Amino acid sequence: MRLADDITCAELVELVTDYLDGGLAPELAERFEEHLVICDGCSTHIEQMEETIRVTGSLCEDDLDPEVADRLLAAFRGWNQAGAQ
Amino acid sequence: METRVDAYAASEADSRVVAALRSGDEKAFMQLVTEYGPSMLRVAQLYAKTRAVAEEVVQDAWLGVLGGIERFEGRSSLKTWIFRILTNTAKTRAEREGRSLPFSSLAPDDLETGEPSVDPDRFLGEGERWQSHWVSSPRRFDDLPEGRLLSREAIGIVQSVVEKLPEAQRVVLTMRDIVGFASEEVCDALGISEVNQRVLLHRARTRVRQALEEYVEGTDG
Repeated sequence: MRLADDITCAELVELVTDYLDGGLAPELAERFEEHLVICDGCSTHIEQMEETIRVTGSLCEDDLDPEVADRLLAAFRGWNQAGAQ
Repeated sequence: METRVDAYAASEADSRVVAALRSGDEKAFMQLVTEYGPSMLRVAQLYAKTRAVAEEVVQDAWLGVLGGIERFEGRSSLKTWIFRILTNTAKTRAEREGRSLPFSSLAPDDLETGEPSVDPDRFLGEGERWQSHWVSSPRRFDDLPEGRLLSREAIGIVQSVVEKLPEAQRVVLTMRDIVGFASEEVCDALGISEVNQRVLLHRARTRVRQALEEYVEGTDG
């Protein structure tokens, strides 16, 4: 049986980012979570989205070019001296 | 040494860093540069034509930070404040060079939600008992051999999808999922509503997810 206000899977996949951001109205968020409890397909889909976010996050470069760092340090020293005068 | 701290906002950690900068503490400055520098460079590259220009923008932004640190009142976090200076510096520079800003031309297309997040064929059609439910469950990404998704190949695929995204989507995805801004910070930097920001983010993530799914299914066996 399907109740009139159930979310379908096709509807749920459009709401994932809103849900993860806490942007769904409380009542809709509740229906969203109720759907997840009974639907393996959608639970897996959410996991895929979370994995996607995780892999995307790994694109961040961790190191600053040492030359840029050196120039910034020099700029800081210049600023510091100017302030001290 | 005078430290001005607005009682209502500044976190203790921010206040310590600000006080250290004001007193000329090089180590504190370089720690901040190491922490935010790479993210700042990535954001600057959203506005600048070349990496060299982006590096100059980052450098100018730090000068702006130093120039303004005496006036920092802790109404926002130090990080938010620094990135606001960065985006303003980047915008000013782009305008001076006659380069259009991301979002100066946010096309209605960018926000249209017509394109479904998942291929409609994956759902049961009209007349089926479970209409609009999955035909068959999607495959779990973590069924893959350990670390497959973080392989150089997978990351290369993500990188190339991100580069090909429409500009507005690329900018929002970079700020949210690569640099790690909060939603309000992105809206603030770009002057867009939270709803629009989420639409853009969702479409961008959707494309990356689809590419990863194709990769996962293509590398079977």
